[in-house]
Amino acid sequence: MVECGRHLNIKLLTLTEVAELTGRAGDFTVTLTKKPRYVDMDKCIGCGVCAEKCPRKVDDEYNLGLAKRKAIYLKYSQTVPLKYAIDPVTCIYFKKGTCKACEKFCPSGAINLEDQEERFAIQVGAVVLATGFAPFNPGVFDTYGYGRYPGVVTSLEFERILSASGPFEGHVVRPKDKKEPEKIAWLQCVGSRDLKPGAHSYCSGVCCMYAIKQAVIAKEHAGADLDAAIFFMDMRTYGKDFDRYYQKAEHEAGVRFVRSRVHSLSPASPDSLDIRLEYVDDQGKLQEEIFDLVVLSIGLEASEQFRNLCQRLDVKLDGHGFTSTSSFAPVTASRPGVYVCGAAAGPKDIPYSVMEASAAAAAAAGELSPARFSLVSTKTYPPERDVSREEPRIGVFVCNCGINISGVVNVSEVAAHARSLPHVVYVEENLYTCSQDTQDKLTEVIREHGLNRVVVAACSPRTHEPLFQETMNNAGLNKYLFEMANIRNQDSWVHAQEPEIATRKAKDLVTMAVAKSALLNPLQEADLPITQTALVVGGGLAGMAAALNLAQQGYPVHLVEKTGVLGGNARQLLTTYRGEDVGAFLERLEARIFQEPRITVHRQASITGVDGFVGNFKTTIATGNGAAVIDHGVAVLATGAKEYKPTEYLYGQHPGVITQLEFDEMLRRRDPRLAQAQTMAFIQCVGSREDHRPYCSKVCCTHSVKGALELLEVDPGADIYVLYRDMRTYGDREDLYHQARNRGVIFNRYSRDKKPVVTAQGEKLRVEFRDHILARPLAVEVDLLILAAAIESHQDQSLAQMYRVPLDADGWFLEAHQKLRPVDFANDGVFLCGMAHYPKPLEESIAQAQAAAARAATVLSKGTVKAGGLVSRITPDFCCGCQICVNVCPYQAIAFHDSLGVAQVNEVLCKGCGACAAACPCEAPVLLGFNNRQLYAQIRSVLRSA
Amino acid sequence: MSRTDSGNGPNGSVLVVGGGIAGMQTALDLADSGFYVYLVEESAGIGGVMAQLDKTFPTNDCAM
Repeated sequence: MVECGRHLNIKLLTLTEVAELTGRAGDFTVTLTKKPRYVDMDKCIGCGVCAEKCPRKVDDEYNLGLAKRKAIYLKYSQTVPLKYAIDPVTCIYFKKGTCKACEKFCPSGAINLEDQEERFAIQVGAVVLATGFAPFNPGVFDTYGYGRYPGVVTSLEFERILSASGPFEGHVVRPKDKKEPEKIAWLQCVGSRDLKPGAHSYCSGVCCMYAIKQAVIAKEHAGADLDAAIFFMDMRTYGKDFDRYYQKAEHEAGVRFVRSRVHSLSPASPDSLDIRLEYVDDQGKLQEEIFDLVVLSIGLEASEQFRNLCQRLDVKLDGHGFTSTSSFAPVTASRPGVYVCGAAAGPKDIPYSVMEASAAAAAAAGELSPARFSLVSTKTYPPERDVSREEPRIGVFVCNCGINISGVVNVSEVAAHARSLPHVVYVEENLYTCSQDTQDKLTEVIREHGLNRVVVAACSPRTHEPLFQETMNNAGLNKYLFEMANIRNQDSWVHAQEPEIATRKAKDLVTMAVAKSALLNPLQEADLPITQTALVVGGGLAGMAAALNLAQQGYPVHLVEKTGVLGGNARQLLTTYRGEDVGAFLERLEARIFQEPRITVHRQASITGVDGFVGNFKTTIATGNGAAVIDHGVAVLATGAKEYKPTEYLYGQHPGVITQLEFDEMLRRRDPRLAQAQTMAFIQCVGSREDHRPYCSKVCCTHSVKGALELLEVDPGADIYVLYRDMRTYGDREDLYHQARNRGVIFNRYSRDKKPVVTAQGEKLRVEFRDHILARPLAVEVDLLILAAAIESHQDQSLAQMYRVPLDADGWFLEAHQKLRPVDFANDGVFLCGMAHYPKPLEESIAQAQAAAARAATVLSKGTVKAGGLVSRITPDFCCGCQICVNVCPYQAIAFHDSLGVAQVNEVLCKGCGACAAACPCEAPVLLGFNNRQLYAQIRSVLRSA
Repeated sequence: MSRTDSGNGPNGSVLVVGGGIAGMQTALDLADSGFYVYLVEESAGIGGVMAQLDKTFPTNDCAM
């Protein structure tokens, strides 16, 4: 968020809406309306005095009404921009014409009650819709008692209840009476998988996971005795590591899972807040149970406002009100030049939204690549002054932060103390050191007093160091000659009740910062040129999509495929779940790849060696024509996965037992056996969700449902059984499931310990299973048995080692961060996409491929990589060659130099985390900017003063 | 900011509607690869729904 707010080439327009879109792709005119904030963003310093003085308390939307805020407010404490806004609907001044308390008390004169709505137009080449979703409002149904029973809350409200920054500081309580609940129930599918008018037929896809997470965390907060029960129909934990989390929640955390749809809620007694749930259990018995708190796992929906926006933009919606997209172009909206990502294109979780967000960036960049760099600006600074021969001349700036610091700490005393410290030649107190006018003043003071080190005693370097470092650059000083003392977050905020101690601590913090500052050295950063070429490993659908987008973005691409053909697993697929023809799409994609002059396809090629690092990789490939070395700046790993060959259910022993891909092949060939078969069965989770493959293969439920419907096309009278553990037809795939049930497909659930038993009956097969409704064994004789075989990883250890990227326990590539960096690796310059990451359907593989291309383009477009700055350097004389640092480095930035017998840091890859410096037994790594001399000086200075 | 395109080629800026996690990621990826971005948010600050969430699966990282 902070990055978005500070980015030179991102213009953040808050309180703004899109009114109109005219023009065409590449050349749009967008009319925007900007509502008045009534606070001048340039003047507001976010001190909060206005909100403190504002007499009007209203419900806080951020906390969903569980807490109050003022009529002048910050959306939440970490929001960007950190600027207050007046809500004119509740503000007393806008109702009665008097008050103006905020205006009176604002120390920077930022309040502007005359602010007006603005309407203006901008020119853009493309539009990306990332408008998200609206939470389903359960108040539309009587049954849940939401709004009537205080013991019923929504899952989003429960997030705020759990949050340490929420209304109850993370204590799990019932909002109404603050009772600590002993029993909490989660009701799944509220507003989802529900055909009632006002609800949605689709599965919202995220609620099973968040309910489990909430139950686990509630038990962490409230103690293990809390009874947390989740009432569900199918547990849809289909994502990466989701099933493991589910298993842990059940078996380790002790979350109770009850397979049932609760049919009614009522107060336990007329004057009680407790809620009685009535439901039919697994055995068909009527049960009732009383809970202190009921959490409704509400689904995701498209808001009315979103539908209106799409209408204004002339963007088509699907039947559920989300934007309509094709599986082959998952982030492309119906209007050319308009892209869509995240929940605006259908319910989805955070990693998938982040992935699509990058994909939308790639798709837009692909169209606009001729205009790349045409409108961006770069910062230029005056040349740096050489201070190496100067004695330290330190300037100390002590911030009042409005009353945030000065309300507790005696700032003048701290400033006076700073004047007494060695090398300090200039001290100043500021009301707000971070304000824009102070930055200009700082620049002047640095020049005027010949300062060569600057210490700011204020808040956190995490939020403000970049700002002050920029001021250093503007004043002609190296930005690493800057040091911060955090006398707010670590002092005035935590010692608010003890002003004297706080002032003493502030002095100590300043003493330490000054002691370190005197020893700071300028650090240099170098721009190393890179090879603006990409290498994509794997010529399946994901690899092809990534290669094509990178080429469209203007970069040469080498596409390396181990077999003789492109297309991978997709070659065996018939249609997508939406019925789109995969074969025809592949043909078009392949033709575009071969026509694209920037793509070089290497078939029957394997990777035998990788050298180098981000920006400058050298990969050796072996082909039929011998070996070749490819220079490239980035690599995208898209090596795919494969269908498991089952050992279960007579597969390979009886010709009537086939896998899903073999079944697709029969459909494609219109195999006469299909038309002859009268009875067929699908068995789900064959090889998935087992001890040795404890994950869900994600695509198989939909694949089988789709297959069943296709069989009914061939012979509407066929008898079809689907034996499953949980039907995981997430999103609008649920509609197919519904359709299949309506058309007579029989779905029968089995449990992991009571699997179906298959025996050969001549040409036919006998399938025995337990009917979960009749609670007795049944047997059917089938002509064809289709196994939903797991998708498994290629376990390509050697490729992973060559690119220095990790595989997880199941053999999938492990991304840098499962939520926020879903296509990056910790190793810079290497990206992942497709099924090598985890089993996934085609449209998700394509989106992920485009996402990987977008992330790769952020490296390629720069033309250089930064080396140096705040990095570690290993002193060879001290290095004993133990290689502890090589192993602890999380960025693979340290390599052992065999002939010299010492470890060496690659300054391009080093992030300056200091793990090596902490781990080394001989103090050989020197973390620049945080070296031992500087740290010891800090410690000594504070011990001396104590 | 300077405009150097001649008027024939596409415009090198992009409008991103929505300042939640998806909008922010799109904006950063585009701005980090040479495009100018207008990030439009209807409320007073960016962050979206994710900023309302407590911890997130699987690492139980704080959603902030």
